[in-house]
Amino acid sequence: MKVEPPPQPSRDESSPAALLAAVAARADKVAFARLYDHFGPRVLSYLRRLGSDQAIAEDLTQEVMLTVWRRAATFDPSKAAISTWIFTIARNRRIDALRKERRPELDPSDPALVGEPPEMADHKVAADEEAIQLRAVIDELPEEQAELLRLAFFQDKSHAAIAEQLALPLGTVKSRLRLAMAKLRTKMQDRP
Amino acid sequence: MTRHHPSDAQLLGYANGELAEPLALLVATHLALCPRCRAEVARLEALGGLLLEELPPAQLPAGSLEDVMARLDTPEPASSLAPPEAAPLDTRIPRPLRDYIGGPPEALNWHTFRGLHAARLMPERDDCKTYMLWIEAGRAFPVHGHEGNEATLVLTGSFADGGETYARGDVALAGPETNHRPVADQAEDCICLVVYDGTLRLTGPYGRWLNPILRL
Repeated sequence: MKVEPPPQPSRDESSPAALLAAVAARADKVAFARLYDHFGPRVLSYLRRLGSDQAIAEDLTQEVMLTVWRRAATFDPSKAAISTWIFTIARNRRIDALRKERRPELDPSDPALVGEPPEMADHKVAADEEAIQLRAVIDELPEEQAELLRLAFFQDKSHAAIAEQLALPLGTVKSRLRLAMAKLRTKMQDRP
Repeated sequence: MTRHHPSDAQLLGYANGELAEPLALLVATHLALCPRCRAEVARLEALGGLLLEELPPAQLPAGSLEDVMARLDTPEPASSLAPPEAAPLDTRIPRPLRDYIGGPPEALNWHTFRGLHAARLMPERDDCKTYMLWIEAGRAFPVHGHEGNEATLVLTGSFADGGETYARGDVALAGPETNHRPVADQAEDCICLVVYDGTLRLTGPYGRWLNPILRL
């Protein structure tokens, strides 16, 4: 994948984490405006790639960022990176608005939830650390696998349609995605 | 720990939002019971976040920031907040499935035939039929084949099928090549969520029992 070097986790006051913390702590509108400048165009890009027309994608982008504003206090930086959190909000709003479907989500405080076994909890790394590891794993993937992962996230297409677009047999698309996922799984668990 | 999981493609489809609601419901309910797949989906969502961060930014229209800033003090519409759970807690059924059933599974509209009970959970969507299946302890689901794919999530008890045992949290996947006859364990009734696309090849009295549920 051709990408910029990963942003280092930053503790300075202009990092997305610090901006979101300012929104959560004191409803800081200036901090929110900077988050909007950074994430708004990316959320719009995501929605456009998945086939929303421009006007609807612009509206939805505002809705997504308003959700960021309203729910800032629920964001837990130990569980996920901000970009991950915003990705899930954009994904769910899109399902809601465009597919007119509910997005079934688990409830982390459900008494029926089965907790992690101790060996899994022991291997937990902080979310910003995990993002750096993930970036490294993606960079090591063969380009054909990385490309398929990108298509899987940014094109509203079935695996069959992706196969047709790339003029590949469906079996090849499926096996490349499986390989990429297996690599993510093993490499992310290997790393110290 | 669960031993049988959704396919990689289903976990990816849940994380990227591609999966239709019936299968997304099945995967999300499995996640409540399976820390391994929960970690897997969290990893895929982190990948989504990373790729979002790298997307070439699109141009927001002039005035977009001002528009959104002007709306910051508007309270969130009440409809977008999840309503509190009204029904008594039934931990046999994890969320989000519990919300779809809306009470104890006993209260569903079950169609019964020879120790088997089936109840439709939502209207057919994206060619997917979604129903709850209740197999009384020791009973078998009659031999059947499929034209499509079937995913079955076990919630209580267990069933045996093709030399494997599927217990709480396990997902059994069957495709067009599968002809099978799941048998519930003797000890406990087996309640499952089934998502099915395609037509079940079930003939005779069983077919007449199940068809109305699948077709509705």
